[in-house]
Amino acid sequence: MTSEILLPTSQEEAIASFGDGGGLTVLGGGTALMPELAAGGPSGLRVLCLARAGLDGVSRSNGSVTIGAACPISALEELDEPLATAARHVADPEVRAQATVGGNICVEASAESPRGDLQAPLIALAATGRSSGAGGERTEPIENFLASRDGRLLLEVSYPDTSRVAGYAVARRPHAHHYPIMAACAARDSGTTRVAVTGAARTGHRCTSVEQALASGATADDAAARVVDDVAGELRDDALASAWYRERVMPTLVARALAQLEEGSA
Amino acid sequence: MKLTVNGRAHDLASDPLRPLLHVLRDELDVTGPKAGCQQGSCGTCTILVDGEARRSCLTPLALVDGAEVTTIEGLGDATRLNALQAAFHQYYGAQCGFCTSGMIVAAHALLERNPAPTRHDIQTALAGHICRCTGYVKILDAIEAVARGETFTETNGDRQPGVEESVAKTGVSG
Ligand SMILES: Cc1cc2nc3c(=O)[nH]c(=O)nc-3n(C[C@H](O)[C@H](O)[C@H](O)COP(=O)(O)OP(=O)(O)OC[C@H]3O[C@@H](n4cnc5c(N)ncnc54)[C@H](O)[C@@H]3O)c2cc1C
Ligand code: FES
Ligand code: FES
Repeated sequence: MTSEILLPTSQEEAIASFGDGGGLTVLGGGTALMPELAAGGPSGLRVLCLARAGLDGVSRSNGSVTIGAACPISALEELDEPLATAARHVADPEVRAQATVGGNICVEASAESPRGDLQAPLIALAATGRSSGAGGERTEPIENFLASRDGRLLLEVSYPDTSRVAGYAVARRPHAHHYPIMAACAARDSGTTRVAVTGAARTGHRCTSVEQALASGATADDAAARVVDDVAGELRDDALASAWYRERVMPTLVARALAQLEEGSA
Repeated sequence: MKLTVNGRAHDLASDPLRPLLHVLRDELDVTGPKAGCQQGSCGTCTILVDGEARRSCLTPLALVDGAEVTTIEGLGDATRLNALQAAFHQYYGAQCGFCTSGMIVAAHALLERNPAPTRHDIQTALAGHICRCTGYVKILDAIEAVARGETFTETNGDRQPGVEESVAKTGVSG
């Protein structure tokens, strides 16, 4: 069965075509979707392609940085930390030039690997996501969007354009390039520290226990150990690493990311 | 959908979600891009879309409607190798050859945007390309040779093993 492609040429048209999302598959760069189709996934889809909807830019205005959902990951490689470093760790140059930010936030973890490596740095940057779908448009913290993203069309993400220190620590698995298995991201802005991990659970995860421990004066290492409480019961067990391994390595990654905050560099 | 491949215009009525790799190989008989993993992770299917390196197995036809696609066939052929092709030949950068078209296309894209890459730049640019034969060293050597302007006289297959020094230093162009 042949697929049908909808190719909106503006954001308004994309929102109207998406409606409540029923029966539609959104196509960003296709780097997650195409392998699924090649592996015998569904055919005859109705596909909403975002490539020409004017959602591919990055802008800085009114104190925020806004990234369109169809922006390629390669465009983030020199942006704010810890997002830039996380972006440089995704896949390889060809995949990064095609894969979109929206696809990275909306992709489902596969049986083999978690994916969605930009989710944690965006949580650490206190990003919000603007989406449309049933009930109209809404803007919410990215961690809330991740918990309720089904049936939504992500339009853009924004985070405050302030000066902050950031940290990023990653455990990688060698391939032709190195895949991130999991990573910890931290950002400190006016004394408040936000911490998030990627590759531990089904989606990027904010580490409120770590953040609270830091706020109440715990040392970085003691606070980092609390990440185990944050991801308890949600640790993934997949082809990249076992839950056992994740549980033991995650505190070290968080501690390293926090140590970079003290050094004042990402 | 319209597509220009190596300078030839095509009008296609295929499924818009069909991977460009299969359109090229099965419909247009352009078989330079190889079907390796078909999951985006080996690099053998790499082509240029409007000059930028892309994985043709990950690219649905709909995303390249109106684009200019270049494959290894568009860079040079057996009677007239381009500099990278000649260098891969000269430096033994190809053994079974399965990865070679993807490697050369990606190296071409790199040299277009960065004519003087360091060895590290080359490694980074080729990070998504797997070679099961050469051990990569000769591939990097070949690309470095082109980047530093080494020229090659031979066109195809006229070289004896062990004479690379004399051939490599006397040529005019590739
Ligand atoms: C070789 C290879 C290596 C990879 N390495 C990594 C890695 O290191 N880290 C990592 O995180 N990922 C990795 N991935 C997975 C994937 O490429 C990325 O997660 C990528 O960001 C997905 O983006 P896309 O635009 O290509 O998504 P698509 O394939 O277009 O879409 C993915 C999913 O998200 C939905 N979607 C896309 N955009 C939107 C939107 N705006 N609103 C709502 N839904 C949307 C689609 O319907 C689909 O379900 C890799 C993939 C490959 C092939
Ligand atoms: S066949 Fe496309 S990357 Fe392997
Ligand atoms: S030459 Fe055989 S895979 Fe590279």
